[in-house]
Amino acid sequence: MSETVDALAARFRPGDRVKVRRAFPPGHLRTPWYIRGRAGEIERLCGAFANPEELAYNRPGLPRQPLYRVRFRQAELWPDYTGRPGDTIEIEIYQHWLEPEEATA
Amino acid sequence: MGGEPAGAVERTEHDYAPWEKRVDAMLVLLGAPERGLMRTDELRRNIEALAPNAYESMTYYERWIASIAATMLQRGVFTADELGRKLAEVEARAS
Repeated sequence: MSETVDALAARFRPGDRVKVRRAFPPGHLRTPWYIRGRAGEIERLCGAFANPEELAYNRPGLPRQPLYRVRFRQAELWPDYTGRPGDTIEIEIYQHWLEPEEATA
Repeated sequence: MGGEPAGAVERTEHDYAPWEKRVDAMLVLLGAPERGLMRTDELRRNIEALAPNAYESMTYYERWIASIAATMLQRGVFTADELGRKLAEVEARAS
């Protein structure tokens, strides 16, 4: 009997540089619009959870997707940012939205 | 919202109207494990699917009930015709 994979393996570790995929599919997406296409750093792995994009259509959302807290520099996100240069924002993003930074052109 | 300008955040406390509490309770009951008729993610998807002018003109729980109705139609819990007839019945009762 083949066992269904419960959760996908985590591809990234804290400190890894990642880029958020630039994609705009319809539906319920937990990846904020303004962060798509931006580069950041994995702060931590939060665990693995059923994919809310699938749950939003009443499907199981399995296997569970690793969820990461990703840290971005505010000054890189907002051209008119007036806060301190070291300010960061952390966003929780599912693994299927992330790619290694160097792999993206 | 979503990185776009959306005006100032209103930091006011207010009491909920009885119908708002009923909408909240309705979602809890629909989502209870023994029923499983609605998920929070469906609530969010159908709120996000509202047209921008509808979203902006509706109050918080108006968005919820619109989303709950859309989800029930998508799930086949009731038909559009059944909902239309029930709404007409309730309107007639109120007038």
